[in-house]
Amino acid sequence: MRFVDEFRDPALATALIREIGVLSARLERGRANPIAVMEVCGGHTHAIFRYGLEGLLPDLIEFVHGPGCPVCVLPMGRVDDCVAIAERPEVIFATFGDAMRVPGSRKSLLQAKAEGADVRMVYSPLDALELARRNPGREVVFFGLGFETTMPSTALTVLRAAREGIANFSVFCNHITIIPTLRALLEQPDFGIDGFIGPGHVSMVIGTAPYRFIAQEFGRPLVVAGFEPIDLLQSLLMILRQMAAGEARIENQYARVVPEQGNPAALKAVAQVYEPRPTFEWRGLGSIAGSGVRLTEPYAAFDAERRFAVPDIKVADPAACRCGEVLTGAVKPWACPVFGTGCTPEMPLGALMVSSEGACAAYYQYGGVRGAAA
Amino acid sequence: MNSPFSLSRRAPRKVTQPFVTLAHGGGGTAMRDLIEDVFLEAFSGAGHPAPEDQARFDLAALAAKGDRLAFTTDAFVVDPLFFPGGDIGTLAVCGTINDLAVGGARPVALSCAVIIEEGLPVETLRRVVASMARTAAEAGVAIVTGDTKVVARGACDKLFLTTTGIGVVRAGLDVGIAKGRPGDVVLVNGLLGDHGAAILNARGDLALETPIESDCAPLHDLIDVLIAAAPGVRMMRDATRGGAAAVLNELAEASAVGVRLRELDVPLRPEVNGFCEILGLDPLYLANEGKLVAVVPPEEAQAALDAWRAHPLGRDAAAIGRLVAERPGRVVMETRFGGERIVDMLVGDQLPRIC
Repeated sequence: MRFVDEFRDPALATALIREIGVLSARLERGRANPIAVMEVCGGHTHAIFRYGLEGLLPDLIEFVHGPGCPVCVLPMGRVDDCVAIAERPEVIFATFGDAMRVPGSRKSLLQAKAEGADVRMVYSPLDALELARRNPGREVVFFGLGFETTMPSTALTVLRAAREGIANFSVFCNHITIIPTLRALLEQPDFGIDGFIGPGHVSMVIGTAPYRFIAQEFGRPLVVAGFEPIDLLQSLLMILRQMAAGEARIENQYARVVPEQGNPAALKAVAQVYEPRPTFEWRGLGSIAGSGVRLTEPYAAFDAERRFAVPDIKVADPAACRCGEVLTGAVKPWACPVFGTGCTPEMPLGALMVSSEGACAAYYQYGGVRGAAA
Repeated sequence: MNSPFSLSRRAPRKVTQPFVTLAHGGGGTAMRDLIEDVFLEAFSGAGHPAPEDQARFDLAALAAKGDRLAFTTDAFVVDPLFFPGGDIGTLAVCGTINDLAVGGARPVALSCAVIIEEGLPVETLRRVVASMARTAAEAGVAIVTGDTKVVARGACDKLFLTTTGIGVVRAGLDVGIAKGRPGDVVLVNGLLGDHGAAILNARGDLALETPIESDCAPLHDLIDVLIAAAPGVRMMRDATRGGAAAVLNELAEASAVGVRLRELDVPLRPEVNGFCEILGLDPLYLANEGKLVAVVPPEEAQAALDAWRAHPLGRDAAAIGRLVAERPGRVVMETRFGGERIVDMLVGDQLPRIC
């Protein structure tokens, strides 16, 4: 496949891996722990496992799979709210596919659908708007989910609904933003991450400037990366080079897609349609100030939370789960007491077992090379 | 109501209404019209079936074909009914023929049970039945008995089919999911994932313009070729729901062996590969309707591949991996870099990823 195979070239990978090996060996001298690099984005986690990158890298390098899987970090209570909306007889509930299996405290959207709720899988919020046009007698609610990657498309859809006066369309807004969460992680006292592989698609929207505090205040390098194996290896090497030079900068490996200033049109739509919530709850991490958004007052009419009396259910994470510690790299997935026993992709207990982008699901599915039962 | 193809002595009956109604399942004249005009007309090509409640077979003639009877059934509920490369009718015939053939059986006859949602255009039903008849005739298999039910709107989705088949297993041939041994070679007869991608694409939610056709095909002929070239063949399966990944996981578990695949050797159509990239799907899990996964002893692998590649349904045949003693029960993919990942069974359907 053109424009893809180039980024999966084994010869290039071998050369990069060799260079990573040399550099990490040099860096390791005098260190007690392996070099820990967090890939923030779930898409990166998926790619690392899909191509078996961990097994190819020296043991001195450890990937920590960060909180960048929007499906995984969705709290149970929000899923319960989704189910409550979807079960209203007048509602068509439109959602991205992988959100359907996320367990709420009572049931998932997939179960609600089986019990009669009208839940439809869509590929874009515009598909949901089209459903609203075609079903004027029904209330179509789009489950807005994801980071800055999907935020603009939801925003543009709301703007279009407003322009066209489509009154039976609304958004159950669960969009979240990664920056406050990265800060919250970095502020933890014993946060042992040496550098970050920054999310590619999020950065395509927000640009690279919002990450500067990571280098300036916390002295960690961050390299915005693409999603192909070569992208990931090259980004890792860029992080190691910074470490070797004693530097901490924000670099952009994914320049073919990510402009430094982001996407101004998308950012404008985002600023118009959303405002930060005081706090938002993340599964496994708890409430984080300013990490979620809701619709602004001018678009309140399209806010499902205001249109329907959403129960706003709060459910504590299951006590046995150690998702929070896995997300911060303090604990490896297989060290969690319920990994693979009480918590499997079939019956996920914790957030990270839910989506194929979740660290635990990835280890379970693809078999972590070091340590996980294989 | 088990005599749908039974004949009346009067002049052939015709269905005149454009849509199937509950009356067509009621057991009266409307039903007889439907059966005679739509089903019997199409299925009687190989000689009229007897006007009885069951098809009857001469045991001696069957016994001459082999030493065991094979018997299988499959239900078909595909949406949409028609898709590039086939329709529910071709699926229903190929699916059951293939389920017989992978056991080493030569297919003999099929039944066809039909559940119709009221309101289905009769023309739609005719098209489906015509492709069933054509597919069966091409495969040299007769559809000899059946049943028709009509249910109220909403009680089923347009049209459901169930086909049951019998066949005779070649004397002495013993293939099975538990017969794989370390060292054996895993073969597929062509590009994987076409059917699954074609169906997803045909649902139209994605508006992709790439034409991907289902690979729906009867495989008994290809299996004849394989058995002739590799008489020691250990296992054959058609990689339908759950794709090649599901078959290989079953094999690994039942045979207590590890399966090692090489990503670079898995044959994929560029369109299907691209389709999977966009949706975040894994082609190994996509359904096929004309793809065999076969396991043969290493010394017969090249002969099997050569024979397949000379057959129209096996042109893109490939050896995709081998069985090993290590990690029994696991399917492991060597990625193109020499990394590895486990190819596990799916929990449910693959769902497109959000980003």
